[in-house]
Amino acid sequence: MKVQVNGEPMERPAGETLAALLTALGAGSGRVATVLNDDVVPAAARATQSLSENDRVEILTFAGGG
Amino acid sequence: MSADLLQIGDLTFTSRLLLGTGKFSDSATMLRALAASGAQIVTVALRRFNPAQAADDLFGPLSQLPGVTLMPNTSGARDAAEAIRAARIARELCGSRLIKVEIHPNPQHLLPDAIETLEAARVLAAEGFLVMPYMPADPVLAKRLEDVGVASVMPLGAPIGSGQGLGASEMLRIIIENSRVPVIVDAGLRAPSEAAGALELGCAAVLVNSAVAAAERPVEMAAAFAQAVQAGRAAYRAGLMPRRSAASATSPLTNFLNAQT
Repeated sequence: MKVQVNGEPMERPAGETLAALLTALGAGSGRVATVLNDDVVPAAARATQSLSENDRVEILTFAGGG
Repeated sequence: MSADLLQIGDLTFTSRLLLGTGKFSDSATMLRALAASGAQIVTVALRRFNPAQAADDLFGPLSQLPGVTLMPNTSGARDAAEAIRAARIARELCGSRLIKVEIHPNPQHLLPDAIETLEAARVLAAEGFLVMPYMPADPVLAKRLEDVGVASVMPLGAPIGSGQGLGASEMLRIIIENSRVPVIVDAGLRAPSEAAGALELGCAAVLVNSAVAAAERPVEMAAAFAQAVQAGRAAYRAGLMPRRSAASATSPLTNFLNAQT
Protein backbone atom coordinates (compact mmCIF):
# COMPACT_ATOMS: atom_id res chain seq x y z
CA MET A 1 0.00 0.00 0.00
CA LYS A 2 1.02 3.58 -0.57
CA VAL A 3 1.36 5.84 2.45
CA GLN A 4 2.92 9.23 2.97
CA VAL A 5 5.47 9.49 5.77
CA ASN A 6 6.72 12.94 6.73
CA GLY A 7 5.62 14.19 3.35
CA GLU A 8 7.40 11.45 1.37
CA PRO A 9 5.48 8.75 -0.53
CA MET A 10 6.35 5.22 0.62
CA GLU A 11 5.35 1.66 -0.32
CA ARG A 12 4.56 -0.38 2.81
CA PRO A 13 3.09 -3.84 3.50
CA ALA A 14 -0.71 -3.79 3.64
CA GLY A 15 -2.07 -3.49 7.17
CA GLU A 16 1.28 -2.62 8.73
CA THR A 17 0.96 -1.11 12.20
CA LEU A 18 2.26 2.29 13.11
CA ALA A 19 4.63 0.67 15.61
CA ALA A 20 6.07 -1.58 12.89
CA LEU A 21 6.55 1.39 10.57
CA LEU A 22 8.44 3.26 13.29
CA THR A 23 10.72 0.29 13.90
CA ALA A 24 11.39 -0.08 10.18
CA LEU A 25 12.37 3.59 9.96
CA GLY A 26 14.68 3.47 12.98
CA ALA A 27 12.33 5.57 15.10
CA GLY A 28 11.18 2.70 17.27
CA SER A 29 13.44 3.36 20.23
CA GLY A 30 13.67 7.15 20.27
CA ARG A 31 11.20 9.60 21.71
CA VAL A 32 8.87 10.56 18.87
CA ALA A 33 5.29 11.69 18.51
CA THR A 34 3.10 10.25 15.79
CA VAL A 35 0.28 11.88 13.89
CA LEU A 36 -2.02 9.90 11.61
CA ASN A 37 -4.09 12.00 9.20
CA ASP A 38 -3.93 15.01 11.56
CA ASP A 39 -4.77 13.07 14.74
CA VAL A 40 -2.15 12.43 17.40
CA VAL A 41 -1.71 8.70 18.07
CA PRO A 42 -0.44 8.14 21.63
CA ALA A 43 2.57 5.86 22.00
CA ALA A 44 0.47 3.19 23.71
CA ALA A 45 -1.87 2.94 20.72
CA ARG A 46 0.77 2.51 18.00
CA ALA A 47 1.02 -1.28 18.23
CA THR A 48 -2.66 -1.71 17.46
CA GLN A 49 -3.03 1.18 15.00
CA SER A 50 -2.82 -0.31 11.51
CA LEU A 51 -2.27 1.84 8.46
CA SER A 52 -4.45 2.07 5.37
CA GLU A 53 -3.88 3.05 1.76
CA ASN A 54 -3.09 6.78 1.35
CA ASP A 55 -2.68 7.41 5.07
CA ARG A 56 -0.54 10.37 5.97
CA VAL A 57 1.85 9.76 8.85
CA GLU A 58 3.93 12.39 10.58
CA ILE A 59 6.76 11.33 12.90
CA LEU A 60 7.99 14.22 15.01
CA THR A 61 10.67 14.92 17.54
CA PHE A 62 12.25 17.93 19.26
CA ALA A 63 14.94 20.11 17.80
CA GLY A 64 16.61 23.26 18.99
CA GLY A 65 14.32 26.26 18.90
CA GLY A 66 13.64 29.52 20.65
CA MET B 1 12.37 39.54 51.88
CA SER B 2 10.15 36.61 51.00
CA ALA B 3 11.19 34.13 48.31
CA ASP B 4 10.98 35.85 44.96
CA LEU B 5 9.54 33.24 42.66
CA LEU B 6 8.36 33.36 39.08
CA GLN B 7 4.87 31.91 39.03
CA ILE B 8 3.57 30.36 35.80
CA GLY B 9 0.15 28.89 36.42
CA ASP B 10 0.66 26.52 39.34
CA LEU B 11 4.40 26.15 38.65
CA THR B 12 7.10 28.19 40.37
CA PHE B 13 10.65 28.94 39.28
CA THR B 14 13.58 30.70 40.92
CA SER B 15 15.23 31.72 37.63
CA ARG B 16 13.83 34.57 35.60
CA LEU B 17 15.88 33.77 32.54
CA LEU B 18 14.29 31.48 29.95
CA LEU B 19 16.56 30.06 27.28
CA GLY B 20 15.89 28.91 23.74
CA THR B 21 17.89 26.05 22.29
CA GLY B 22 18.05 27.08 18.62
CA LYS B 23 21.03 28.28 16.58
CA PHE B 24 23.71 26.72 18.81
CA SER B 25 26.68 25.30 16.92
CA ASP B 26 26.25 21.93 18.66
CA SER B 27 24.30 20.27 21.46
CA ALA B 28 27.25 20.20 23.86
CA THR B 29 27.64 23.98 23.69
CA MET B 30 23.91 24.42 24.14
CA LEU B 31 23.89 22.22 27.23
CA ARG B 32 26.85 24.07 28.77
CA ALA B 33 25.19 27.42 28.02
CA LEU B 34 22.00 26.16 29.60
CA ALA B 35 23.87 25.17 32.75
CA ALA B 36 25.60 28.57 32.86
CA SER B 37 22.31 30.40 32.38
CA GLY B 38 20.58 28.69 35.29
CA ALA B 39 17.43 28.71 33.14
CA GLN B 40 14.66 26.43 34.38
CA ILE B 41 12.33 26.89 31.42
CA VAL B 42 13.84 25.86 28.11
CA THR B 43 12.22 26.15 24.72
CA VAL B 44 12.42 23.47 22.05
CA ALA B 45 10.87 23.20 18.60
CA LEU B 46 9.13 20.35 16.83
CA ARG B 47 10.59 18.89 13.68
CA ARG B 48 10.08 15.85 11.53
CA PHE B 49 12.03 12.79 12.60
CA ASN B 50 15.03 12.21 10.37
CA PRO B 51 16.87 8.88 10.79
CA ALA B 52 20.12 10.59 9.71
CA GLN B 53 19.86 13.02 12.63
CA ALA B 54 18.68 10.58 15.27
CA ALA B 55 21.98 10.90 17.12
CA ASP B 56 21.36 14.63 17.48
CA ASP B 57 18.23 14.02 19.57
CA LEU B 58 17.78 16.93 21.97
CA PHE B 59 15.15 15.42 24.13
CA GLY B 60 17.39 12.78 25.69
CA PRO B 61 20.01 15.14 27.15
CA LEU B 62 17.49 17.87 28.05
CA SER B 63 15.21 15.51 29.90
CA GLN B 64 18.18 14.35 32.00
CA LEU B 65 18.79 17.82 33.42
CA PRO B 66 17.35 18.28 36.90
CA GLY B 67 15.15 21.32 37.42
CA VAL B 68 14.55 21.97 33.72
CA THR B 69 11.00 22.24 32.39
CA LEU B 70 10.60 22.05 28.63
CA MET B 71 8.49 24.65 26.89
CA PRO B 72 7.90 23.44 23.33
CA ASN B 73 7.02 26.12 20.81
CA THR B 74 4.63 26.00 17.89
CA SER B 75 7.11 27.58 15.50
CA GLY B 76 6.21 26.85 11.91
CA ALA B 77 2.50 27.25 12.61
CA ARG B 78 0.90 29.82 10.32
CA ASP B 79 -2.54 29.82 11.92
CA ALA B 80 -4.36 28.80 15.08
CA ALA B 81 -5.27 25.32 13.84
CA GLU B 82 -1.63 24.47 13.11
CA ALA B 83 -0.49 25.85 16.45
CA ILE B 84 -3.13 23.85 18.32
CA ARG B 85 -2.05 20.66 16.54
CA ALA B 86 1.62 21.38 17.29
CA ALA B 87 0.81 21.97 20.96
CA ARG B 88 -1.00 18.64 21.27
CA ILE B 89 1.88 16.83 19.56
CA ALA B 90 4.39 18.52 21.85
CA ARG B 91 2.46 17.53 24.96
CA GLU B 92 2.35 13.95 23.73
CA LEU B 93 6.13 14.10 23.23
CA CYS B 94 7.27 15.54 26.54
CA GLY B 95 4.29 15.70 28.86
CA SER B 96 4.94 19.37 29.63
CA ARG B 97 1.88 21.60 29.96
CA LEU B 98 3.91 24.68 29.04
CA ILE B 99 3.45 25.72 25.45
CA LYS B 100 4.90 28.72 23.70
CA VAL B 101 2.28 29.69 21.14
CA GLU B 102 4.16 31.20 18.25
CA ILE B 103 2.28 31.94 15.06
CA HIS B 104 4.03 33.97 12.42
CA PRO B 105 2.72 33.80 8.88
CA ASN B 106 5.58 35.76 7.33
CA PRO B 107 9.00 34.11 7.56
CA GLN B 108 10.81 37.31 6.69
CA HIS B 109 9.62 39.33 9.68
CA LEU B 110 8.51 36.52 12.05
CA LEU B 111 6.00 38.91 13.58
CA PRO B 112 3.24 37.22 15.57
CA ASP B 113 -0.31 37.07 14.20
CA ALA B 114 -2.41 38.57 16.99
CA ILE B 115 -5.76 37.18 15.85
CA GLU B 116 -4.62 33.59 15.32
CA THR B 117 -2.60 33.70 18.54
CA LEU B 118 -5.64 34.75 20.56
CA GLU B 119 -7.72 31.95 19.05
CA ALA B 120 -5.05 29.30 19.68
CA ALA B 121 -4.55 30.56 23.24
CA ARG B 122 -8.28 30.33 23.95
CA VAL B 123 -8.50 26.70 22.78
CA LEU B 124 -5.28 25.54 24.42
CA ALA B 125 -5.93 27.23 27.77
CA ALA B 126 -9.29 25.45 27.87
CA GLU B 127 -7.45 22.15 27.27
CA GLY B 128 -5.30 22.73 30.35
CA PHE B 129 -2.15 24.02 28.72
CA LEU B 130 -0.10 26.72 30.43
CA VAL B 131 -0.18 29.00 27.41
CA MET B 132 2.77 31.32 26.88
CA PRO B 133 1.91 33.41 23.83
CA TYR B 134 4.58 35.16 21.79
CA MET B 135 2.79 38.38 20.89
CA PRO B 136 3.18 41.89 19.58
CA ALA B 137 3.77 44.41 22.35
CA ASP B 138 0.11 45.46 22.30
CA PRO B 139 -1.49 46.26 25.69
CA VAL B 140 -5.03 45.60 24.45
CA LEU B 141 -4.11 42.19 23.08
CA ALA B 142 -2.32 41.38 26.35
CA LYS B 143 -5.58 41.90 28.25
CA ARG B 144 -7.55 39.86 25.72
CA LEU B 145 -5.06 37.01 26.10
CA GLU B 146 -5.31 37.26 29.87
CA ASP B 147 -9.09 37.01 29.57
CA VAL B 148 -8.86 33.68 27.71
CA GLY B 149 -6.65 32.23 30.43
CA VAL B 150 -3.03 32.42 29.35
CA ALA B 151 -0.37 31.72 32.01
CA SER B 152 1.79 34.63 30.90
CA VAL B 153 2.11 37.09 28.07
CA MET B 154 5.32 37.22 26.08
CA PRO B 155 5.54 40.44 24.09
CA LEU B 156 8.48 40.87 21.77
CA GLY B 157 11.14 43.44 22.61
CA ALA B 158 11.97 43.56 18.90
CA PRO B 159 11.67 41.07 16.00
CA ILE B 160 13.04 37.53 16.59
CA GLY B 161 16.79 37.29 16.16
CA SER B 162 17.12 40.99 15.32
CA GLY B 163 19.10 41.98 18.40
CA GLN B 164 17.42 45.39 18.35
CA GLY B 165 16.74 45.35 22.08
CA LEU B 166 13.83 46.83 23.95
CA GLY B 167 12.37 48.87 21.10
CA ALA B 168 8.88 48.28 22.45
CA SER B 169 9.60 49.47 25.99
CA GLU B 170 6.86 52.14 26.17
CA MET B 171 4.22 49.58 25.21
CA LEU B 172 5.80 47.06 27.58
CA ARG B 173 5.42 49.55 30.39
CA ILE B 174 1.66 49.76 29.78
CA ILE B 175 1.36 45.98 29.49
CA ILE B 176 3.18 45.50 32.80
CA GLU B 177 1.05 48.11 34.58
CA ASN B 178 -2.15 46.35 33.58
CA SER B 179 -1.20 42.69 33.60
CA ARG B 180 -2.28 40.15 36.18
CA VAL B 181 -0.08 37.44 34.62
CA PRO B 182 3.72 37.53 34.32
CA VAL B 183 5.04 39.61 31.44
CA ILE B 184 8.02 37.96 29.79
CA VAL B 185 9.97 39.75 27.08
CA ASP B 186 10.49 37.27 24.30
CA ALA B 187 12.70 38.01 21.35
CA GLY B 188 14.85 40.82 20.08
CA LEU B 189 17.33 41.16 22.92
CA ARG B 190 21.04 41.35 22.19
CA ALA B 191 22.83 42.52 25.32
CA PRO B 192 22.55 41.57 28.98
CA SER B 193 21.96 45.26 29.79
CA GLU B 194 18.71 45.04 27.80
CA ALA B 195 17.62 42.04 29.86
CA ALA B 196 18.44 43.97 33.03
CA GLY B 197 16.43 46.88 31.65
CA ALA B 198 13.43 44.67 31.01
CA LEU B 199 13.50 43.36 34.58
CA GLU B 200 13.98 46.88 35.97
CA LEU B 201 10.89 47.90 34.04
CA GLY B 202 8.92 45.20 35.86
CA CYS B 203 8.99 42.33 33.40
CA ALA B 204 8.77 39.05 35.28
CA ALA B 205 11.40 37.35 33.11
CA VAL B 206 13.07 37.39 29.71
CA LEU B 207 13.46 34.70 27.10
CA VAL B 208 16.64 34.80 25.04
CA ASN B 209 18.07 32.54 22.41
CA SER B 210 20.00 34.23 19.60
CA ALA B 211 21.69 36.64 22.02
CA VAL B 212 23.36 33.64 23.67
CA ALA B 213 23.61 31.18 20.79
CA ALA B 214 25.04 33.71 18.33
CA ALA B 215 27.50 35.25 20.81
CA GLU B 216 31.19 34.61 20.21
CA ARG B 217 31.31 32.58 23.43
CA PRO B 218 27.79 31.38 24.19
CA VAL B 219 28.53 29.81 27.58
CA GLU B 220 30.04 33.03 28.93
CA MET B 221 27.21 35.08 27.47
CA ALA B 222 24.67 32.81 29.15
CA ALA B 223 26.32 33.51 32.49
CA ALA B 224 26.33 37.25 31.74
CA PHE B 225 22.59 37.17 31.04
CA ALA B 226 21.98 35.28 34.27
CA GLN B 227 23.76 38.02 36.24
CA ALA B 228 21.97 40.79 34.37
CA VAL B 229 18.56 39.29 35.02
CA GLN B 230 19.35 38.95 38.72
CA ALA B 231 20.60 42.55 38.89
CA GLY B 232 17.58 43.86 37.01
CA ARG B 233 15.16 42.02 39.25
CA ALA B 234 16.96 43.16 42.40
CA ALA B 235 16.82 46.75 41.13
CA TYR B 236 13.10 46.46 40.43
CA ARG B 237 12.48 45.10 43.91
CA ALA B 238 14.63 47.83 45.43
CA GLY B 239 12.54 50.51 43.73
CA LEU B 240 14.20 52.89 41.30
CA MET B 241 14.33 56.54 42.27
CA PRO B 242 11.93 58.79 40.39
CA ARG B 243 13.16 60.55 37.30
CA ARG B 244 13.62 64.32 37.70
CA SER B 245 13.87 66.97 35.06
CA ALA B 246 16.28 69.09 37.06
CA ALA B 247 19.48 68.31 38.89
CA SER B 248 19.39 67.61 42.61
CA ALA B 249 22.66 67.84 44.46
CA THR B 250 24.07 64.84 46.27
CA SER B 251 26.78 66.86 48.05
CA PRO B 252 26.18 69.82 50.36
CA LEU B 253 26.51 73.05 48.41
CA THR B 254 28.06 75.13 51.19
CA ASN B 255 29.89 78.30 50.52
CA PHE B 256 33.13 77.58 52.33
CA LEU B 257 35.20 77.72 49.15
CA ASN B 258 33.94 81.17 48.28
CA ALA B 259 36.61 83.82 48.46
CA GLN B 260 36.25 85.79 51.69
CA THR B 261 36.36 89.46 50.96
